[in-house]
Amino acid sequence: MDAIITLLTIFVLAIFIGFEIITKIPPTLHTPLMSGSNAISGVTLIGAVVAAGSDVPVLPQALGFLAVLFATINVVGGFLVTNRMLSMFKRKG
Amino acid sequence: MLAASNALLINGAYLLASILFIFGLKGLTHPKTAVRGNLLGALGMLVAVGVTLLDQHIVSFPVMIAGLVIGTGIGAFLAIRVEMTGMPELVALFNGFGGVASVFVAAAWMLSGGDEGFKEGLVRGARDLIGVETAGAQIALMQGAIAATASALIGGVTLLGSLVAYGKLAGLKWVPEGEFIPAQKILNAALVLLGLFLCYQSVINPDNGLFFLGIVLVSCILGVTLVTPIGGADMPVVIALLNSYSGLAAAATGFVISNNVLIIAGSLVGASGLILTSIMCKAMNRSLANVMFATMGASSSTASADDVYEGKIKSTSGDEVAMLLETSRRVVIIPGYGMAVSQAQHAVRDLANLLESKFGANVDFAIHPVAGRMPGHMNVLLAEANIPYDKLREMDDINPEMDQVDVAGVIGANDVVNPVARTDPNSPIAGMPIIDVDKARTVIVIKRSLSPGYAGIPNPLFAADNTLMFFGDGKKAFQEMIEALKEA
Repeated sequence: MDAIITLLTIFVLAIFIGFEIITKIPPTLHTPLMSGSNAISGVTLIGAVVAAGSDVPVLPQALGFLAVLFATINVVGGFLVTNRMLSMFKRKG
Repeated sequence: MLAASNALLINGAYLLASILFIFGLKGLTHPKTAVRGNLLGALGMLVAVGVTLLDQHIVSFPVMIAGLVIGTGIGAFLAIRVEMTGMPELVALFNGFGGVASVFVAAAWMLSGGDEGFKEGLVRGARDLIGVETAGAQIALMQGAIAATASALIGGVTLLGSLVAYGKLAGLKWVPEGEFIPAQKILNAALVLLGLFLCYQSVINPDNGLFFLGIVLVSCILGVTLVTPIGGADMPVVIALLNSYSGLAAAATGFVISNNVLIIAGSLVGASGLILTSIMCKAMNRSLANVMFATMGASSSTASADDVYEGKIKSTSGDEVAMLLETSRRVVIIPGYGMAVSQAQHAVRDLANLLESKFGANVDFAIHPVAGRMPGHMNVLLAEANIPYDKLREMDDINPEMDQVDVAGVIGANDVVNPVARTDPNSPIAGMPIIDVDKARTVIVIKRSLSPGYAGIPNPLFAADNTLMFFGDGKKAFQEMIEALKEA
């Protein structure tokens, strides 16, 4: 049971950090924030890699492959498109 | 001994990745540091994925490498190909992919059927990864099952909800134009209860894959029935909310495999989506429940369009507006979704540059938080057109200056400049903060027709004494003004 409490503690504290930082992000960057944070949520890739990598029967293996595929699209596409957007924001002159 | 140092290394790397994610988001608090922030986030991801792959009992699988390579190709292709006006669709689509990945991870865990070896292997793998002895396999299994069902439930809603949102944003014909009927609320509530019941069944009978399949099915249906009835202008709220779901799905997956970095990253994203959702709701003076479950319609007390407009509309032309602009010192442009539709951002930029360089005017842009189809939509389009970000002003920042503005140009916006929000407490947009364009000396409204905006009510601004209507396509209207000003 201790493990679950530890995980919950991390979960709650991370939410507080998230609120602190994200309320300071200006509205002009809200679209890059969405695409960037969405790329971060693609961290499920790690879970997918663990699932696809385990020594297991064919069906879970196949599901793991699909998970890796979609999570990778999310991560790579998300960071790239955020970078494209952010590099357009320029100061005067 | 080897396993212990391995766990230390892996957890150290995950900690590093979490720190990089947090600094990455912190970088986004200013446009100057934002590019670096995004790179830090990507670096964090590289560290987290790399170290997971290097972990010995994982790295040898060609299947997984294939997934990584193909996924990278597709992701890069989508990111490089997309037009800036198509950004809301792409974000919705990526959201959906995040959701489906969570579902698949949870499914791989649950659908291993009677294969106890697999589950124990996963538990053991998870234990190696976090380096902690959990209190026995039974509790670990239970925890995994609870998290897997939660992950599937949130992931399924995220997937189908995002796909429906994508269809609506992309204007696909086959996406149903839903309606709010009383039965729909009952249906949604029933689906939620059914989903929770299946979760419970699935947790106490982890070997019966049918319950799990049922969860996936129910959550997918729920994604459709929740998002289908929500109208176009409420999309910023929906996209922000789905964004937060995809984060929560990732966090739930973290609970499945007892992985800290998943939980931390997932909760950061979940918090981000919730904050954006609340900002969008405040900017419309509506509650989240009202956006999700209520229809927006004209109330009976609102004046009819004929009463408001009859005999009071003054229409204008490019030449006339150009004459006005020539002598203006202070010009503010208020963009809305219509600017995105007519792809007018480059023409808008050209006009602003011309006014500043040839006539010495000061041109700013006033952006309402819910203008467009996603948070910050207008800012990205104007940045694409090379308009410096210090010219993009927030509503609260520019409103006190509106009475010193010579010309306020509204392009493709309607409800966010409707003064009824201030005056009529019975209006559907009562109390919604608006950009006070009516206080400017002259208002030019560029619009195709007098048709109402999303709220479905007439806009007295169009009939005001100081308003001129410039009927036509946004881009063409700006080009006409530019031509006229060049000849002046």
